[in-house]
Amino acid sequence: MSELKTNDKDVVVPGEILATGMEFLPSYGTYREGDKIFASRLGLFNLDGKVLKIIPLSGKYIPKKGDTIVGQVTEILMSGWRVEIGTAYSAVLGLRDASNDFINKGADLTHYFNIGDLIVTKIVNVTTQFLIDISMKGPGLRRLRGGRLIKVDSYKVPRIIGKQGSMVSMIKQATDCRIVVGQNGSAWLSGEPAMELLAEKVIRKIEKEAHISGLTDRIKTFLEKETKKKIELRSDSNGI
Amino acid sequence: MVFKKRPDGRGFEDLREMDAKVGVIKRADGSAWFKIGDTEAYAAVYGPRNLFPKFMQDPRKAILRCHYNMLPFSGSGDRIRPGGNRRSKEISFVTKQALLPVLDLSKYPNAVVDVFIELPQTDAGSRCAGITAAAMALADAGLPMKDLVSSVAVGRVDDKILADLCYDEEAYEDGPVADIPLAFLPGSQKITLLQMDGEITKEMIMDSLELGKKVLTKIHAVQIKALKDKFGDGKDD
Amino acid sequence: MINELRTHVIETLEKGTRFDGRKSDQVRDVSVETGVTKNAEGSARVKIGDTEVIAGVKLSIEKPYPDSPDNGNLMVNVELLPLSSPEFDTGPPGIKAIELARVVDRGIRESKAIDTKKLCVEKGEKVWTISIDIISINDAGNLFDAAALAALASIKDAVFPKVSKSGEIDYKELTKDKLPLAKEPIEVTVWKIGEHFIVDPTPDEEKVADARLTIASLSDKELCALQKGGEEPLSIEEIGKMLDVGLSKAGEYRSKL
Repeated sequence: MSELKTNDKDVVVPGEILATGMEFLPSYGTYREGDKIFASRLGLFNLDGKVLKIIPLSGKYIPKKGDTIVGQVTEILMSGWRVEIGTAYSAVLGLRDASNDFINKGADLTHYFNIGDLIVTKIVNVTTQFLIDISMKGPGLRRLRGGRLIKVDSYKVPRIIGKQGSMVSMIKQATDCRIVVGQNGSAWLSGEPAMELLAEKVIRKIEKEAHISGLTDRIKTFLEKETKKKIELRSDSNGI
Repeated sequence: MVFKKRPDGRGFEDLREMDAKVGVIKRADGSAWFKIGDTEAYAAVYGPRNLFPKFMQDPRKAILRCHYNMLPFSGSGDRIRPGGNRRSKEISFVTKQALLPVLDLSKYPNAVVDVFIELPQTDAGSRCAGITAAAMALADAGLPMKDLVSSVAVGRVDDKILADLCYDEEAYEDGPVADIPLAFLPGSQKITLLQMDGEITKEMIMDSLELGKKVLTKIHAVQIKALKDKFGDGKDD
Repeated sequence: MINELRTHVIETLEKGTRFDGRKSDQVRDVSVETGVTKNAEGSARVKIGDTEVIAGVKLSIEKPYPDSPDNGNLMVNVELLPLSSPEFDTGPPGIKAIELARVVDRGIRESKAIDTKKLCVEKGEKVWTISIDIISINDAGNLFDAAALAALASIKDAVFPKVSKSGEIDYKELTKDKLPLAKEPIEVTVWKIGEHFIVDPTPDEEKVADARLTIASLSDKELCALQKGGEEPLSIEEIGKMLDVGLSKAGEYRSKL
C-alpha cells in the first residue's frame, strides 16, 4: 500500500521518509531503499503526479551546458582566458570562442579581455571532470562595465528571473538598473546607488521567500510601495 | 559504593538540555550551532570548492576534510594552547569517518568539502556535539546526504549505564567508568563513530549501544527542527 | 583584479553613499554581550553588522619577567578562524592575525589600562598573567574594531579565580574581584579609498582600500596607539583628517560597553 508521508511544499531534511510503497517514483534529490523513498537533500518536497522530487533551498551551482552565466577573468592563458564562475571549477574561454574577429596566435589577449573583467558568457561544454568551455559568441554575451556583482543562491535564480523574465523585468522597471542574473548565482547590477541597493534588497527578499506562494504579487506590491511607480508584468530578456 | 545520583540530578537516560540553530555563519556555505548542557559547538562548511595542492585531488570524487578545535578559553581548567594537538587531530579524523558514509561526493570530482568545528565551551561530549553540528551544517550547505548523523556519548559509571556524560561523571573516581562516544545514522540506526575508553564488560557495552540508539532520536529531533526552522514552514500566505 | 570594484566603490562614495546605503562615517549596528562562555574567567561577544567575534580571558600564575619582577603580564592572541571566512586557512596565525593581535595589545598596554603592579602576587616569584584570546566567528569586515572592543569588554567582565593557600588556582571557584582595569581604550580604524575616508568597512571595501589607520584612544585628548596599514602612502594632512574621524567615532563604540 503506497502512502505519502509528507506534503507538497514541506521543507524536508536528508534522510526524511517521503513515501512508502512502490507506486511512487524517486526523482531529483530523493532515493529509494526497499519500499521507502527518502530525501537526499535539504529542500522543498515536490509532488508531480507520482514523481517525487526535492527543490533545493541551498547548494553550490552545478555547471550545465547551455547556461548563461556571469564570470570574472582571473588569468590570461596561452590561447585563452581562465574565468572564475563561483564554483570549485573554473571555465576556459578559448581564442576561437572569444570574438567574431579572428584573433592571431601571439596577439595581446588583454586587448580583448583583461584580468578582473566581468563577462556574460555561455557554457558550451562541460566534461564529467567539470572542465568547462565557454563562449562569447552569441546575442547579449559581452563584457560588463561598471556596476557590481552580488552572489545569490543559484537555486533561486529561476525565481529571480521569473517566467520569461517577468520578475527581473519588475525589478528593472522599479530601479532603472541594468541587471544580468547568471545561472551560476552571480548577479550584476548597475544603476544609481540607492537603486542598486533597492535591487539588491528585492533580490534578497525573493531569495528568502522563493518557496512561499504568491511571490510575484508580493514583490510587485513591495516595489510599487518603495518607488511609488506603477509596475507592469511583462517579459524580459534578462539583459541578454 | 554504588552510583546513585547524577551530579545534576538527571535521570540515567536523560540528555542535558539542548539547543540548535542553523545558518549562523553567513560567509560559510552551510553552518550550524549546537549546545548540549554546557558543551557548545559551531560548525561551518565550505565547499565543494577548489582544492590545492593538486596532488590531493581525487578525480572520482570530492574529498572531505574535517578540522576540530577547542578554543583556548573553552576548557574548565588552564588555557588551552592554540594550535591543536594529537588529540584534536584524531578527533578531526574520526569526525570525518563519522560523516563520510552519508555523503555522496562523487558529484564533485577534484573538489574539497571543508568542515570546521570550533568549541567555545566544553563540558564533555565535545566531539559528539561537533559531529551533530557538522551534520546540520552539511545539510544547510545543500550537499547530497542519505541521512543526517546524530552523535551522543553514553557510558558506564559504576553499575549504571548513562546517557550523555558530563565532565564530573567522566572524572568519577569511586568506581569504574567507561566513556563511549557514538554517532548514528538515524534512518538505518547504524553506527559511524564508536570509541570507548575505560573499564567495561561486553554486556554493558551492548546495553550502552542500545541506550545510545534510544536517545539519539532526541538529538535527531533537535537537528530536524533547527534545519526546518531556518526556512519557516513553507506554507505562509 | 579589483579595479572595476574599486571604481564602483569610489563612484558610489562620490555620490555620498556606499553599497549598503550607509554614509562614509556610519557604523553598522554594534552589540556587546558579556559572560558568553562559562569556562573563561571573562568573555564577550561583539557583533558589528554581520561581523562577529568572541574574546575570552584566562588567568594564570607564572614567574614574572626578570626585568619587571613585580609586574603581571598581558598577552593578546587573535585567531582568524577558517570557520569565519573562505579567506582564512588552518594553521598558526598568519601575519594578518598577528598584526591584529599586536594592535589590540598595544591599545591596552600603552594606555596603561591594566595596572600590572596590581597583578603581582609575590615579587620576583609569582604574578598573574592575563591571556586574552580573540576569535572570529563571521568576517563581514572590520575585524580590527570588533576585536579591540571584544578584548576590552572581556577584560571588564573578568574576575579572578580563587587561589588556595598552597597557591593552586581553582578555576571552578570564581571570586568577585574584577581585574585592575584603570582605563578603557577604544580603537577605531579609518580606511582611505581614493579621496574618501570611511569607517566600518565591508569585505569589498577592505579589498579596494588604499590604506588604513587604527587609532586607540582614551578620550579626545589622549591617544595611546596608532597603526598605519595598507600599501599606499598617506600624507600628513590625510593622517590629520583620519585622526579626526577616528576620535569622533570612538564615543559610539564606547557607548556600547
